[in-house]
Amino acid sequence: MPRTAPGTAAKRTLVWLGVLLALLATLLGAGSYWSNASWSPRLALDLEGGTQMILAPRAQGGGEITPEQLDQAVEIIRQRVDGSGVAEAEISTQSGQNVIVSLPGTPDAETRELIQASAQMEFRPVLFGGPGQAPAAETPTPEDQLPAPTAEPTNASDPNWITPEIFQEFEATNCLDPAALEPPEEPAPADQPMVACEPDSQGKYILGPVEVPGTDIDSASYGLQTGSQGQSLNSWAVNIDFNDEGTRTFREVTERLFAIDQGDPRNQFAIVLDGRIVSAPTTNAVIPDGNPSISGNFTEESAAALAEQLKYGALPISFEIQSEQQISATLGADQLRLGLIAGLIGLVLVAVYSLFQYRLLGLVTIASLVVAGLLTYLAICILGWTENYRLSLAGVAGLIVAIGQTADSFIVYFERIRDELRDGRGMISAVENGWRRAKRTVLASKAVNLLAALVLYFVAVGNVRGFAFTLGLTAIADLIVVFLFTHPVLRLLARTKFFGEGHAWSGLDPKRLGVTPLYRGAGRIRKPADTLPVPARARNKAAAGEAERRLTIAERRIAEQQKAMAGRGRNPENEESK
Amino acid sequence: MRGTSFSRFGNELHSGKRSYPFVAKRNLWFLIAGIAVLVSIIIPVVKGGFNLGIDFRGGSEFTVSDTQNTEVGVGEEAVTDVVPDAVPRVTNIAPETMRIQTEQLTDDQTLEVRDNLISAYGVGEDQVTSSFVGPTWGEDVSRQALIGLVVFILLAAVLMTIYFRTWKMSVAAMTALVVVMIVTAGLYSLSNFEVTPSAIIGFLTILSYALYDTVVVFDKIRENTEDLDLSTKRTFAEQVNLAVNQTLVRSINTSVVAVLPVASILFIGALLLGAGTLRDLSLALFIGIILGTLGTIFIAAPMYAFLRINEPEMKKQEKKVRNRRLQEAEAGSSETSALTAHGSTAHGATSRG
Repeated sequence: MPRTAPGTAAKRTLVWLGVLLALLATLLGAGSYWSNASWSPRLALDLEGGTQMILAPRAQGGGEITPEQLDQAVEIIRQRVDGSGVAEAEISTQSGQNVIVSLPGTPDAETRELIQASAQMEFRPVLFGGPGQAPAAETPTPEDQLPAPTAEPTNASDPNWITPEIFQEFEATNCLDPAALEPPEEPAPADQPMVACEPDSQGKYILGPVEVPGTDIDSASYGLQTGSQGQSLNSWAVNIDFNDEGTRTFREVTERLFAIDQGDPRNQFAIVLDGRIVSAPTTNAVIPDGNPSISGNFTEESAAALAEQLKYGALPISFEIQSEQQISATLGADQLRLGLIAGLIGLVLVAVYSLFQYRLLGLVTIASLVVAGLLTYLAICILGWTENYRLSLAGVAGLIVAIGQTADSFIVYFERIRDELRDGRGMISAVENGWRRAKRTVLASKAVNLLAALVLYFVAVGNVRGFAFTLGLTAIADLIVVFLFTHPVLRLLARTKFFGEGHAWSGLDPKRLGVTPLYRGAGRIRKPADTLPVPARARNKAAAGEAERRLTIAERRIAEQQKAMAGRGRNPENEESK
Repeated sequence: MRGTSFSRFGNELHSGKRSYPFVAKRNLWFLIAGIAVLVSIIIPVVKGGFNLGIDFRGGSEFTVSDTQNTEVGVGEEAVTDVVPDAVPRVTNIAPETMRIQTEQLTDDQTLEVRDNLISAYGVGEDQVTSSFVGPTWGEDVSRQALIGLVVFILLAAVLMTIYFRTWKMSVAAMTALVVVMIVTAGLYSLSNFEVTPSAIIGFLTILSYALYDTVVVFDKIRENTEDLDLSTKRTFAEQVNLAVNQTLVRSINTSVVAVLPVASILFIGALLLGAGTLRDLSLALFIGIILGTLGTIFIAAPMYAFLRINEPEMKKQEKKVRNRRLQEAEAGSSETSALTAHGSTAHGATSRG
C-alpha cells in the first residue's frame, strides 16, 4: 500500500472503477449498435409471459440417459421447434437431467406433441435420387411420363414402390427451403416409401420402406479408416455395431444393394433421423458381421457428429412433461412491477436505516449500493446479450435479497473504523487500519456467499438457478464496489474536514464513540481534565488496554510512535506520512 | 436521542463495559436450541408432514387474476363441468386473484377449463394462466436441493477449516447452521404455508446467509484469540464472548439491513401477489435471517468456546489469568481491581455503569 499518498492512490482506484464502468457500458453500447444487445435486461418467461415446459427424457426400455444423449435430444428438439416456425424458442438442458423449452405465447397441441415425440432413426434403401431444388413450377414431368408401378414391389429396393403420387411429391419438394426440413408431424409409415432431403448435400431422395430400425444399433464409433492390410489410413470413418437382429437384416440388405450397379442410386441406403437423411452411403461390400463402416469425405468433426447421431438412434428418447407453466404477458408485467416496487421499498428502508445508524456515512452506503446496482445491471444486460441470460422473478428476488448482503460489507467496514476510533486512532489511520481488518472478513464471508451461489447454480433445477445466479453476480459486484469504491471514497473523506475531524453528523464522531482523541487539532493535546468522569475513564482505560493487547507488534510500535508524536503536537498529515 | 444511546451501546460493548454472557450461559442456549430442534421435528410429525404444494403433488393449476368475482363455487363448477369426478381446490389467494388446483388434466381438458374460467369469472384471456406439474417434479427439485445442501455444507466446512485453520470453528458453525435449518423448517411447517420450490430456494439461501454471518463473527473471534498465550488479561471463553459482544452492533445492523428488503418482498408478495414465488421465498428467508443471526451468537460462538476450553493450553492459560487476578486482588490497587472486575463481566451476567 503506498502509504505516502493514500489520497492519490484512492483517486487512482476510483478512476479504475470509472474505466471499468465505462468499458462495460461501451461494450453494451457497441453490442446494441452492431448486434442485438439491449439496454434493458432480457426477461424470463415468468416476467415476459409465455410457456415454459420442463421435460424429462425417458429412454425406451428405461435405461440411463447419458449427457451426450441428452445433448442429442436437445439438438433434435431444437430442430423440431425451429422447424415448426415458433420464433424465439429457447431450449436448454439443466443439471444434465431435464430439458427446458421456453416458447413465447401458448403453443398449439401440434407443437406440444412434436416436442414430446421420440425421434425415430431408420435405415431405408434409396429408390431414386436427384438434386435438392424443385424444378420450376411450369415444368413438372407430364402426367403420362410419370413412372408407374408395373407390379407389386417384391423387396424394399424395388422401383415399383415409386407411384405417380410419390414421384410428384418428390418433384415438388424443395430441399433448399427450410420448411422442407421440418420434421413430419407424424413419422412416415415404416412400410411405405417416403421423400426425404439430405441437408448436408442438399440432395433429395425417394426412399423405400424401413429395413433396419435404429434400435437395432448396439453402438457406433468413429476413427481412422483401416486399409485392407489393417494399416491406418488417413481418412475418417464411422463404424456401426448392429445387434443380432440388425446384423441379420443388414446382411440381407447389403447383399441386395451390393448386387446393384454402383452408379445407380439404388445402390445407396439412407440413414433417416426424424424424417431427414443424416447420411446416404453407397454399398461397397456385403456386410455379414453387423459391423459396417461408413467412409467418405468425413472430417473428424463430421464423423464424430454422425457417430453421435447413430448412437442416439440406438436409444430413442421420448419426453415427459414434468411441469408446464403458461403465464400471460400482463401477469408477467404485473409480477415484474410488484417485484421492482418491493425492491425499491427495500432499498429506501435500507437507506433510511443506514442514515439513522451511520449519519452522513450512510450516504457512502447508498452511493456504494447505487454503484453496485449499476454494475449488476450492466452485467445482466451484457450476459443477456452474450449468454442469453434471462432475468426471472426468482432472479429479481435474488437481487433484492442481495441489497442486504451487499450493505453488510459496508457495515463490517464502518464498524471496524469505529472500533479503531474507539481505540484512539486518528481518522486517517483508523480508515487504513479498519480497512486492513475488514478486508479479510469481507473476503472470507463473500467467499461463503459465492460458494453457496455456485453450488446452488450447478445442482439446482428450475427457478433456483436464476436466483443463485443473481446472488453470485451481486456478491462479485459487492466485492468490486467495496474495493474500488467504498474504500477509496472513505480514504478521501477521511481527509475532509467534516469526516476527518469527526463532525457530529459524520457518523464517525469520536466523542459519540466514547473516545477522547489523542489529538484534537490546533496543537492541543488531551489534558487530564478533558477526559470523561470516573466510570467512563475506567472504561477508556479498559478499551485502551484491550486495544493494545489486540495490536500486532508492528501496530504497537506505530501506536507508540503516534503517541510520542501526538505529544509533540504534530498535525494529522504527519501522522499519515509516517 | 436514540442514535446517541445506540452508539454508546456499541462503545460499551466494544470496551467490554457492557457485556452479555453469550458464552458463559451456553448451556442454557444449548438447552433452548435442543428443545427448539426437538419441537421442530415433532411439529411436522404430529401434523402428518408438510403442507406440500402442487409441485410436489402433481396436477394442474389455474390462476385467475383481476376478477371481481371471488366465489369458490364458480371455479369448482368450471372444473367439474369438464371433468365430473374431479375434486378441485379453489382458493382466493390474494385480492382479485383465484387459484384453482385439480388433478392432472389432459391438454383438451385444460383448454376447456380455461375457457370455462374465463367466462365464469368474467375476465379476459390474458387473466387466466395455467400450469401443469408432473408428479415427480417436486421430488426432482427436492432431491437436487438436498444434494446442493450436502455439497455446500461439505465445501463450506473445508473452506472454513482452511481459512480459520481449525476444524473446531467449522464444526461449531455447522452445528449452528443445522439448528437454524431444522428450526426454520419447523416454523415453516407451523405456518402451514405450502412448501413450494420457491420456499426451497429461500431455504437454501439461509445456508448462505447464516454461514456468512457466522464467518464475520468468527473472524473477530479469531482476531481476539490470536495470541492468547501472550496475555493473561482474559480467558479464552472471555475473549470469545468479548468478540461476540464487540460485533453485536454489526450483527444487529446487518440483520436489520438484510431483513428490511426481505420484509418488503414478503409484504408485497403476501398482500398483493398472494401465494407465489415472492411470498414463499421471502417467508423462508425472513425466518432464516433472524434465526441465522441468533444461531451465530447463541450457538456457533459458545459452541466454539465449548470445543476449545478443555484443551490443555487453554486450561493453562485460564489458570494464569486466574492467578493474575488473584494477585491483583490481593495487591488491592483500586484502579486495577476495577479493571479486573470489568474484565470479568465478560464472563458474568452483570454489567456495570
